[in-house]
Amino acid sequence: MSDIYLDNNATTRVDPEIVEAMLPYFTEQFGNPSSLHSFGNKVGFALKNARKQVQTLLGAEHESEIIFTSCGSESDSTAILSALKANPERKTIITTTVEHPAVLTLCDYLETEGYTVHKLKVDGKGRLDLEEYKKLLTDDVAIVSVMWANNETGTIFPVLEMAEMADDEGILFHTDAVQAVGKIPMNLEDSSIHMLSLSGHKLHAPKGVGVLYLKRGVRFRPLLRGGHQERGRRAGTENVTSIIGLGVACEQAMKHMEYENTEVARLRDKLQAGILSQVTHAFATGDVDNRLPNTANIAFEYIEGEAILLLMNKAGIAASSGSACTSGSLEPSHVMKAMGIPYTAAHGTVRFSLSRYTTEEEIDRVIEAVPPIVAQLRKLSPYWGDGKPLENPEEAFAPVYA
Amino acid sequence: MWDYSEKVKEHFYNPKNAGAVADTNAVGDVGSISCGDALRLTLKVDPETDIILDAGFQTFGCGSAIASSSALTEMVKGMHVDEALKISNQDIADFLDGLPPEKMHCSVMGREALQAAIANYRGEEWVDDHEEGALVCKCFAIDDVMIRETIRENGLSTVEDVTNYTKAGGGCSSCHEGIENILTEELALRGETFVPGGASKKAKKKEALVSLDTGAPSATPMTAVQRILVIEQVLEGLRPALKADGGDVQLVDVEGKNIYVNLIGACNGCQMAAMTLGGVQQKLIETLGEFVKVIPHTEREAAEA
Repeated sequence: MSDIYLDNNATTRVDPEIVEAMLPYFTEQFGNPSSLHSFGNKVGFALKNARKQVQTLLGAEHESEIIFTSCGSESDSTAILSALKANPERKTIITTTVEHPAVLTLCDYLETEGYTVHKLKVDGKGRLDLEEYKKLLTDDVAIVSVMWANNETGTIFPVLEMAEMADDEGILFHTDAVQAVGKIPMNLEDSSIHMLSLSGHKLHAPKGVGVLYLKRGVRFRPLLRGGHQERGRRAGTENVTSIIGLGVACEQAMKHMEYENTEVARLRDKLQAGILSQVTHAFATGDVDNRLPNTANIAFEYIEGEAILLLMNKAGIAASSGSACTSGSLEPSHVMKAMGIPYTAAHGTVRFSLSRYTTEEEIDRVIEAVPPIVAQLRKLSPYWGDGKPLENPEEAFAPVYA
Repeated sequence: MWDYSEKVKEHFYNPKNAGAVADTNAVGDVGSISCGDALRLTLKVDPETDIILDAGFQTFGCGSAIASSSALTEMVKGMHVDEALKISNQDIADFLDGLPPEKMHCSVMGREALQAAIANYRGEEWVDDHEEGALVCKCFAIDDVMIRETIRENGLSTVEDVTNYTKAGGGCSSCHEGIENILTEELALRGETFVPGGASKKAKKKEALVSLDTGAPSATPMTAVQRILVIEQVLEGLRPALKADGGDVQLVDVEGKNIYVNLIGACNGCQMAAMTLGGVQQKLIETLGEFVKVIPHTEREAAEA
């Protein structure tokens, strides 16, 4: 039996057809797309085609609105730093408490440089308060950066509405759509979104390629200056093979969008219901009625996520966790903390993220494998008694914390 | 993914002494805030002899927390409580063939649970004197709290000071930004301003691994005595950091590219010994401008025996 991969929000497998499309560009078509000769020229046309494919998936108005970068993080940094450079008199950034570190860590750093950062809070289901947001849209705001969908819970944010609200006040709006692209239909032409980040390896393209969508007319300052690549907006020789791969991946994502939102969602729902019907003191986190079709984040109370992952890995199942230990950081996931999930549950969260390659048979196997693992670890837990938590678990076991 | 030893995996997949001891007379409940892990250790101690007859654990925590708990219970069974109190967290980590630096606090939690349980058995109140902070230096497992305390106690003001006193930043050097940030805050508390060292430290010229033979005459090589003097100087410079940990290093012999040393005091048998030697070797290579190998003298003796 082969292992089961349910960690597609971390990264995805590159589709064989995509690999096939890339291969000639390593060997036969190796030229520099900037070169005039035939070696380069053909590559230049292939890049143009890939750009069109990305444009189509995003519903962008112009192909020149697509800037290829090296990854989602680069796109995020480019967008936010560009907005600050282009609007030097504005010193405030609005973001959320549940962003990816690609945005949060940068914002924390910018705070030490004298910028004001407002992080929008979320409620218990991970939802934003748009009233709070509206009040913050002042003349001092250089940029709003809000993710389209959360990587841990899959919760979808109302970015179209939020972008419009920002646009009405003359404020730039950026969205980190790394998890959303390919899973949520988009038509950026009709939106007020000024900038959008995506990452290739989340949608079955290879790692090392990303895109920054930049609406025509939005004032921009490059992060990397140098050659004239990407019309001078991102210097550096293009990662041609990966860009070609990303183009094909975007075309495939268009084709599979419906499947993703019906069949993958059905398997996800089956997985969640199958586990929760057998395991007590467990619950799905985030806004379960409004989330990505492939993601289910389940908190198993009174046990710890890394221990769950290790036992799942032994059973041939790959997923990820919001526990502190899996990342080597001190705190459990900032997303779980922001939603007010108690410590004893936040440490035990497991994220299952599916893809179009996930099969029904795999989901059945996971539903069978997970409950005994949870039971095994609960037997070791000081919060757990005879098949159930101790009465008043937090009082019955109150260790001295160092 | 963590690089867990086989022993850690074994104690995680098949933990020993899981669950509470039925007729316990010593309970220790402790947690590590830094990881959110928690452990209840229950012991059965013979009141006549003070020998630990049985031990059991219940752990809310990651793989290495469970493995450390399991290891601890195996270690203490049959021990006198006074002996058991001598178990250090390093002993627990050693029993497991080592833990990743990020996971050393799991072994600390085990030691604390043991102290708490024995205090409970003796009817004493156990007071925790150990505070844990965010891990800053991953090479030597030095955390934020320790760096701050050392800065305050010794009035340190540069990254180099911090490295000399705590070893933090003495390895791969990627935590220097973090140490600078801590220094900035700590110096501000004393009303001073942190002044970074600047980029003036000129890298020592190193022999390229591959070079084109230009026929130019090479520099005159050092004599054996000059070399030994330089080596001693380098060791002298590293001594404060080692002594801060209760250890020391001694030059035994120099044989071509092999430099034999003795690690003494706390360095001897320390799990970090290999890393310390690596640091010494790096420094010597940089200073001498040639490749040398630093070898513990004990290994040479073993090889010749």
